[in-house]
Amino acid sequence: MTETSSPSTVGSSRVKRGLAEMLKGGVIMDVVTAEQARIAEDAGAVAVMALERVPADIRAQGGVARMSDPDLIEAIVAEVSIPVMAKARIGHFVEAQVLQALDVDYIDESEVLSPADYVNHIDKWSFTVPFVCGATNLGEALRRINEGAAMIRSKGEAGTGDVSEATKHIRTIGAEIRALSAMSKDELYVAAKELQAPYELVAEVAERGALPVVLFTAGGVATPADAALMMQLGADGVFVGSGIFKSGEPERRAAAIVKATTFFDDPAVIADASRGLGEAMVGINVADLPAPHRLAERGW
Amino acid sequence: MAGSGSPLRVGVLALQGDVREHVRVLTGLGAEATPVRRASELTGVDGLVIPGGESTVIDKLSRGFGLAEPIRDARRRGMPMFGTCAGLILLADRIVDGISGQETFGGLDVTVRRNAFGSQLDSFETDLDVPVVGPEPVHAVFIRAPLVAETGPGATPLAALGDGTVVAVEQGAVMGTSFHPEVTGESRFHRYFLEKVADAAG
Repeated sequence: MTETSSPSTVGSSRVKRGLAEMLKGGVIMDVVTAEQARIAEDAGAVAVMALERVPADIRAQGGVARMSDPDLIEAIVAEVSIPVMAKARIGHFVEAQVLQALDVDYIDESEVLSPADYVNHIDKWSFTVPFVCGATNLGEALRRINEGAAMIRSKGEAGTGDVSEATKHIRTIGAEIRALSAMSKDELYVAAKELQAPYELVAEVAERGALPVVLFTAGGVATPADAALMMQLGADGVFVGSGIFKSGEPERRAAAIVKATTFFDDPAVIADASRGLGEAMVGINVADLPAPHRLAERGW
Repeated sequence: MAGSGSPLRVGVLALQGDVREHVRVLTGLGAEATPVRRASELTGVDGLVIPGGESTVIDKLSRGFGLAEPIRDARRRGMPMFGTCAGLILLADRIVDGISGQETFGGLDVTVRRNAFGSQLDSFETDLDVPVVGPEPVHAVFIRAPLVAETGPGATPLAALGDGTVVAVEQGAVMGTSFHPEVTGESRFHRYFLEKVADAAG
């Protein structure tokens, strides 16, 4: 054996996308206290999302939703050893600078918070910490990747417990990728124009038949079967927001969703995981939400 | 690697993590790579790769679904195993900075320190000399990586960083790396592992 003394590089695309690759097949859980973070880690979360209010409460209480208090984020970082993510408002690059200074492992530039800029998203290339961004379709996903996102989550409709929008968004992204893969090379130029995304990324997706970064899904997942549905529809993993800690028995539900995510194609395991979980979060039907209250429409 | 006959069958523990990347490298080398999530799937393979991912999750699921003991048994019977990052943690005999109650399959006489380099901000890539896989340096990606804090007499270090920190080890048919050769197009570690699998398969 010999020792190596080559220079090392931090914050590269490879390193940023790499962490998301290691989270595949896992469940990322929203937590609002260190105690919840502990429960999530013990239940088998692959990472936690530290925030002050889960989306269901943001929705119920209204007002402007912002980055969490640094004390809260630090308490959660101190409590668990799995990766900790935290949310910054769309376009709020100073919140992102603060989160990076707090040593979080991933920043979610999230439509669940109130946007800080209705034109520009954060220039994510200028950070060492990686970013995950929401998307409702392929064009939006590629615009975020072009800005430096190292992971995409389909948006769904956060805080509802209604999985229908999550289904729609993951299906849309999948269908648009399959359509690109079937195109001839000369058709990709127009496809890029229509997707409002850079040609190079469009060509890369067409070639790979997949995004160049990991694709999780989010927004309305409340049961083990919901999580497995997302996995069967092609998600690499699942974010669960309000679904766990707004339910009757968070510990059991969290562990059950983890099992169903791993064994997403095994109905017997999903059935077993679904037994005796107590009350699921009450939820809101997305169809009953007037358009201005739909979070997924934030970001463009 | 065996140049003739039926391809080597290598399982990739598929409870969570970068399974796909390992399958791609193994398939590219001519092995038949299959995901393993159940004890029954373990009986059909000649070797097992434990991928990168979250070691606490893989540990919990492997115990919850009755896979941990069969993996230990297979390893004791000589099944070659290769772990990267979380996989290295799971193959270590001892861990520090694990979560309460965290267990490993064992196989490497080392003490591994989890998240040894810090948070994701400290994740990095660098070139490493690893003579056992060849003279060309290995481009190594470390993601919230563990390191080998102490190497016992049973294990042999394969690579170290400039400060002497051991980041790759082997012990008989078992090997582990702190970094992820599977994400950089590096295939020499998997080739080296397949030689062990071929030897064990006889």
